[in-house]
Amino acid sequence: MRVALFATCLVDTMVPQVARATAVLLERLGHEVVVPPGQSCCGQMHVNTGYRREAVPIVANHVRAFAGAEAIVAPSGSCVASIHHQQAAVARRAGEHALADDAAALAERTWELSQFLVDVLGVTDVGAYYPHRVTYHPTCHSLRMLRVGDRPLQLLRAVRGLDLVELPAADQCCGFGGTFAVKNAETSTAMLTDKMANVLSTHAEVCTAGDASCLMHIGGGLSRLRSGTRTVHLAEILASTEEAVTPDQSTKPSLSRPTTPTVPA
Amino acid sequence: MTAVFLGIPTAPPGVGHLRGDRSFPDAARDSLRDGQLRANLGHATSTIRAKRAAVVGEVPDWAGLREAGRAIKAATMARLDEHLIALEAQVTARGGTVHWARDAAEANAIVTRLVQATGADEVVKVKSMATQEIGLNEALEAAGIAAHETDLAELIVQLGEDRPSHILVPAIHKNRAEIREIFLRTMPGVDPALTDDPRRLAMAARAHLRERFLRARVAISGANFAVAETGTLAVVESEGNGRMCLTLPRTLITVMGIEKVVPTWRDLEVFLQLLPRSSTGERMNPYTSLWAGVTPGDGPQEFHLVLLDNGRTATLADDVGREVLHCIRCSACLNVCPVYERTGGHAYGSVYPGPIGAVLSPQLTGVEDNASLPFASSLCGACYDVCPVAIDIPSILVHLRAEHVEAQERRTAEAVVFRGLARVMSSPRLWRLAQRTAGLGRFLARGKPTLPTALPPPASAWTRTRDLPTPPRETFTQAWAREHGS
Repeated sequence: MRVALFATCLVDTMVPQVARATAVLLERLGHEVVVPPGQSCCGQMHVNTGYRREAVPIVANHVRAFAGAEAIVAPSGSCVASIHHQQAAVARRAGEHALADDAAALAERTWELSQFLVDVLGVTDVGAYYPHRVTYHPTCHSLRMLRVGDRPLQLLRAVRGLDLVELPAADQCCGFGGTFAVKNAETSTAMLTDKMANVLSTHAEVCTAGDASCLMHIGGGLSRLRSGTRTVHLAEILASTEEAVTPDQSTKPSLSRPTTPTVPA
Repeated sequence: MTAVFLGIPTAPPGVGHLRGDRSFPDAARDSLRDGQLRANLGHATSTIRAKRAAVVGEVPDWAGLREAGRAIKAATMARLDEHLIALEAQVTARGGTVHWARDAAEANAIVTRLVQATGADEVVKVKSMATQEIGLNEALEAAGIAAHETDLAELIVQLGEDRPSHILVPAIHKNRAEIREIFLRTMPGVDPALTDDPRRLAMAARAHLRERFLRARVAISGANFAVAETGTLAVVESEGNGRMCLTLPRTLITVMGIEKVVPTWRDLEVFLQLLPRSSTGERMNPYTSLWAGVTPGDGPQEFHLVLLDNGRTATLADDVGREVLHCIRCSACLNVCPVYERTGGHAYGSVYPGPIGAVLSPQLTGVEDNASLPFASSLCGACYDVCPVAIDIPSILVHLRAEHVEAQERRTAEAVVFRGLARVMSSPRLWRLAQRTAGLGRFLARGKPTLPTALPPPASAWTRTRDLPTPPRETFTQAWAREHGS
């Protein structure tokens, strides 16, 4: 299958290794990956902060960038949820009905990574090898808007060498919430503290999730505490094999290594 | 006189308890530092969450029941005026008197006048959100009438000169030891050997209240439901204090938000299943009182129903926000909310806290009077999942955020940034340029894996407690284009 990869604005700019891992994984599974160069953002941050009118041209750009794509995959539950639940609605409210129809049609062909792997490709064992103790945080939008359910866990359970430990109170929000983390920084931090306490109680080396944004929040907190537990995106774990951990995946706590991505071997 | 339509009136300022004197982030800062509050709330909400999950999980058709509740409410709101007129006709035909109150001030004036007409200088009260909303106790007090709360938690709040912090459990922020201390300090004739055993505390409250029930001539209640076709009012409660108030005094005055009406008696079947399981986590609540008008020789001989608008019609006019009028005040959303669990109810500044409060209060008052509330959520969606009438609270929060942004006449710094960013993100060329600029942020890190912790605002709001990774030299899309020669 020819898969168009939507890197998402945050991953592309801040944690490119997550998009790289997604591409490596899909290619390893025998699919052709294309990265439409016109892509930027889904518009979620604007919509959720109250700038729904301003989000309309961003949605239009997204629809333009992915026009004609057969299947679109993004390593982010939150952005895919916005594509499914918000894009058409903001366009329609602004009177852009043709755009709304196009956005709705595009959403039909857009999948979050774990849903694409399990539901569309029908694989749970992607041939990954990751010899680490890992706990999984089901991010809110993956859990409640996309209903990814236990798909990420099915994928993780099939990873060789991986010791999966259950995260207590896993369904509790980490406190990120987009601009909430800044507008209500203190409440957000209180939520983060409790999430980190649960993560640390598992004694996992790695906390993983399907959303780079939530991981940046949890990882930023763990890094500040010099905790030693790091955050790694689900795509990076699934892309890892016995021959190579994912290109550029850092083993430093919680943070990406600022290096130039290289072509996978 | 020329008729200029100035919009549907919202709840007026200066009366009632729908507005805080501080923004949510300001008020939350204090409560987050209250360790006792955090411990009490964490314990109480996790207990009630587990109880609710168990009794909801055992209902095989919960999803169907929930959809029925949602559908009944939506259909009722679509013809609210007709149902209210039908209700008035039925209540009147059964010997009651219906009063229409445009807002809190009118409702308070009506109730005060009705109590004064009986000659009483005190009233007993059933727990009621509507009377808390309008500040009825303060209005009665100003007229020299003492209002005694009879719900145990409301009594604790009243004796402690505190404010309610939860829709169902107004004293949820207090633990047993604190309640014992309040009783010892404020209850006349209380046993000085009182312990914090819940049973002993309840018995102390019971002795205190019994005297008031027996001498009261006027009772004031709210209503959970009002059935239009029969003129029946319903109060759902746990303690039996409501039953005492509704049956013993000669005069009963009920203050009810206009959205509480349901068309038919059969509709109660749905809501009386949804409500107790969602609110207290019980299969059935201990006391459900139903009455219509007056019955000679049995119960109150005078019954007044005050129908309260106070911003509800204005809310009904918003095609997205009107869903909040479906709320049956179960408070399940409060109990699962990670924000409420940490900040408590007082931070919301309104008698309606938590997720439902964050969408209800700003609509009753007008968004600009409660502008920080729609932002007091991480949009995690736990509230929507547990709502027994499926109110899509996250979508309404996002809608109200936009209403606030669009109401700004002066250009805010935030709006300038977001408008600029929208222009950049809708142009691939500008976006690549912006990404390259963001990549220059790596020089701030001077080779370290994280950016400095002391960044200027608004980045400081993030970096005070969380590290920010150093941006990479090259984005994924740039690298891909370079490698694939596009």
